[in-house]
Amino acid sequence: MTCAELVELVTAFLDRALDPETEQRFVEHLAICDGCETYVEQMRRTIAEVGKVQPESLPDETRDRLLDAFRTFPRT
Amino acid sequence: MGVVVLPTDDVLVAGLRAGDEEMFACVLTGWSGSMLRLARSFVSTAASAEEVVQDTWLAVLQGIERFEGRSSLQTWVYRILVNIARKRGAREQRTVPWTSLTPDDEGPTVDPSRFRGADDLYPGGWLAFPDIWPNTESEVLAREIRATVAAAIENLPVRQQVVLTLRDIDGQDAEDVCSLLDISTANQRVLLHRARAAVRGHLERYFASTTAGAES
Repeated sequence: MTCAELVELVTAFLDRALDPETEQRFVEHLAICDGCETYVEQMRRTIAEVGKVQPESLPDETRDRLLDAFRTFPRT
Repeated sequence: MGVVVLPTDDVLVAGLRAGDEEMFACVLTGWSGSMLRLARSFVSTAASAEEVVQDTWLAVLQGIERFEGRSSLQTWVYRILVNIARKRGAREQRTVPWTSLTPDDEGPTVDPSRFRGADDLYPGGWLAFPDIWPNTESEVLAREIRATVAAAIENLPVRQQVVLTLRDIDGQDAEDVCSLLDISTANQRVLLHRARAAVRGHLERYFASTTAGAES
């Protein structure tokens, strides 16, 4: 497995979706390649950073309307 | 995952059924942003997406008594959204090619010029290893990183943006995302991988610019 090939398999690797033979080659490559180790680490870091970003939400007036609807919703 | 930490589904569902406003406000805050993105991938305008999200929440209010817990509450809410958004998208005659990949989804995710050529002793090996990124202990740097990541996500093709949001912000698993969007496992992974690699690229450029500044 080359470095150029490994970088395309990172998401499959993290999802544990590689077939056993490919996964083994991935792990073996990673063990001896500092560049790819750094790359995989940076992908993990990227995933963590993405998880900290809250997408832009509803405008306040829509939110207020929904909270109102919730408040006045008939419950038995 | 995400920024808003919510209680377990049991607590959420009980709260919503009992009319607990604070609980409803929490899920509104926690999920509406992702829902807007998801809706936007099916309909033509931002205003239309907003109406889809609003209609979804109203449908959730009406349907919460019937929620049986066979999926997570979030998955259930998102399914309602996708149904509403699909119908609306069809009315607007907008079709999103969710089932097939597009040119946005092809080609290497790392610039091929960063690897050794076919004539090299180690073809496909790094010409130079990626630079190691600094830790982000300072609050200023952390804020800049969040802004960089947010901008990178905004710039993604819409389907990549949706898959990244569902997987890495909402923390849904691959299987739920595939069934929600009705896409294959392979395509889901391609979209997610491209999105992550693109955001990583933005971070790499950001770090390169800050270290260049620090050294000069």
